Amino acid sequence: MAASARSGVFGGTVMSEAPLLQVEALSFRYEDMTMVFDLTLGRGDCLAVLGPSGAGKSTLLSLIAGFEKPLAGRVVIAGQDVTARKPADRPVTSLFQEHNLFAHLSAEENVGLGLDPGLRLDAAQRRAVAEALARVGLGDFGRRHPAQLSGGQRQRVALARSLVRDRPLLLLDEPFSALDPGLRLEMLDLVRQLQAERGLTVVMVSHNPQDALRIAGHSAFVYDGRILAAGPTRALLEAREPAELRAFLGPEPA
Amino acid sequence: MPWWLPATSALCVVAAVVGGALVALGVAAPGFDIAGNLDDAYLWRVVWFTVLQASLSTLLSVALAIPVARAMARRQFPGRGLLLRLFSLSLVIPTIVAIFGIAAVHGRSGWVNDVLVLLGIGRANYLYGLTGILIGHCFFNMPFVARILLQAIESVPPESWRVASQFGLRSRDLFRLIEWPAMRTVLPGVAGLVFMLCFTSFAVVLTLGGGPKATTLEVAVYQALRFDFDLGRAVTLALVQLLLCGAIVLAVLQLAVPGTTALTEGRLYERPDTGGRLGRAVDGLALLLTGALVVLPLIAVAVAGFNATAAEVLARPALWHAVGQSLVIALSAGTLALLLGGAILISSRSLRHRLGRPAAAARLELPASLILVVPPFVLATGLFVLLRQVADVFALGMPLVILVNALMALPFVVRFLGGPMMEEAQRHDRLCQSLGIAGWNRLRLVEWPGLRRPIGLALAVAATLSLGDLGVIALFGSQDFATLPLLLYQAIGGFRMTEAAVIAALLSLLCLALFLVIEGGLGGLGAFRGLRRHRHV
Repeated sequence: MAASARSGVFGGTVMSEAPLLQVEALSFRYEDMTMVFDLTLGRGDCLAVLGPSGAGKSTLLSLIAGFEKPLAGRVVIAGQDVTARKPADRPVTSLFQEHNLFAHLSAEENVGLGLDPGLRLDAAQRRAVAEALARVGLGDFGRRHPAQLSGGQRQRVALARSLVRDRPLLLLDEPFSALDPGLRLEMLDLVRQLQAERGLTVVMVSHNPQDALRIAGHSAFVYDGRILAAGPTRALLEAREPAELRAFLGPEPA
Repeated sequence: MPWWLPATSALCVVAAVVGGALVALGVAAPGFDIAGNLDDAYLWRVVWFTVLQASLSTLLSVALAIPVARAMARRQFPGRGLLLRLFSLSLVIPTIVAIFGIAAVHGRSGWVNDVLVLLGIGRANYLYGLTGILIGHCFFNMPFVARILLQAIESVPPESWRVASQFGLRSRDLFRLIEWPAMRTVLPGVAGLVFMLCFTSFAVVLTLGGGPKATTLEVAVYQALRFDFDLGRAVTLALVQLLLCGAIVLAVLQLAVPGTTALTEGRLYERPDTGGRLGRAVDGLALLLTGALVVLPLIAVAVAGFNATAAEVLARPALWHAVGQSLVIALSAGTLALLLGGAILISSRSLRHRLGRPAAAARLELPASLILVVPPFVLATGLFVLLRQVADVFALGMPLVILVNALMALPFVVRFLGGPMMEEAQRHDRLCQSLGIAGWNRLRLVEWPGLRRPIGLALAVAATLSLGDLGVIALFGSQDFATLPLLLYQAIGGFRMTEAAVIAALLSLLCLALFLVIEGGLGGLGAFRGLRRHRHV
């Protein structure tokens, strides 16, 4: 699969199977900037969305998640048109850069919200919460509050919640960019493992090409509200085309 | 629930009360003749004095507040924390208590005159008239402005002070380059609010104005209703106030959006300009003036309260009857204000946060502030005229006082709750949306734990304001229906000063207790202190 650019530069999508995510001529206006996105993503793929700040990366994610209403266009997930659906009714889980957890609730409760928005859990659900926390390496931390956890542990709790929600599409909006390099790589690897285990489809916004190389088979370069280039991550980063991508990546190491 | 429903319902209530009252009064006025009333020289004299005193009060409050805010921002001194707290709450000190304190300091037999006599200068009678009004208005508004300015200074990033230290900026450069730009963004908004408060001020002008020469529109409305029962003139005066003050305030608000209001943290930053001798002298003078203007009258209240008649006054059943009625009014009005304000804010927050239309949200919140422009007496009398055909006249007093007090507290609820509600949404709205946490679940699990402290504060402010209010109760008060502020006003009016002193002290204590109980009880102070540390999560 590949993300396709509207202009047709990278048109002609190769599909291995029925796509999990289709974004069709999705347009949005923010102040003076008009954005139009087209994107297709196969089941089980991981796409990194790269680009300078203010290019519209996070807006693309917000449109897919349903936080923003598009002017026109469609979002199709797993064959269903979800454009008119509320965020909670879409088969999507989002992970933000911060404020993923409620500070006054424990790690368990934060994960439990993924199962029941009223936090009334039965025994089986409580077991599922404990299992999810154990899976992200926080088996003993259920009772702790976010303030008693490190930045990386907090994002693990949020990942555990995405596991119990069990939605096929995971949207990551730079959730690890505030972490130390080693920790960031650890988290990226954890995402990759979970993706493989659960067959998740992942879209990750990042401004760091290293992140893309680490976990994303494919990448799309967003600039000024458009996907300017897309393709297999390594090929895209080595081609360094168009000029905007070259400028974004900076001078080549000598 | 559609986003516009809560605000629309709340604003419909407000509009129905205001519109209904004005129309009812206009219709009820025999031979109502706006043109004739407008032709009256008396009216325009009143308008002129109202504008004059409001402008001077605003100017003085702001001019004093700037050096005071500066001094508070860069000096550490004993009692600083207490003074900050006092500044944060100056607007909820019962007007009539402050007036008593001001009279005890500045009156004919007050402390200042005692000193003058000691110095052999002789007594000066300067309190009643424009001077008294200005002293009274500065007492309430200077601390309020200073607190907002202090917040503006505190919002300057600490790095700015470090850069300033490295560049060796002098005190006046700091003011010009850092402090003044920070203050300038909030000044128009806060000046507009102070102007509106002074324009519509009632108790201060009634008691310290000292006669018909110093009458504002608000007092003139009261006199037209209470003594002349001239409904037509009351409506005309009210409309003039509505149009004039509304227009001025709207014009000022166009200049800037007022900052959100919360209690100041009162942090001190390392600044390069704390050493200078001149700066120290100026700050000392500003703080001394603050002490004389704001703290002295309050001390006077406390000192005068403990007198020989205390036991006898406190034993009167009528006093405790008034305490009970005051508390019922305060709690009901506070709750109503919180509900109305909360409803408006739920919608405006949606407009601001989800729909990205901050200007429209500000317009939605505006009526909650502009309600201050409507004379409460017109509201109460209009509703009285409207309802007396369908309800028992004697049963109407209490509900009307509650309703009008609630409307008058509405702007403060919106100011105290607006900022925190918006911040709460910025932190958690998307998370709630994506997890499907909505309605009751969201209220219970997310909004209440995050907002209980500002909710407690807003309710405490609204209830305390209402408890200390000498407003429409002056119109409806009777033998059977009296509040503590009314008893105090009657005691001062009857020159029963020792009795007044006891009531003033009791009212102050009651306000303080009510404020702390509501704020602490709802806010869960202990629980919150832990939470605030974790806010960055």
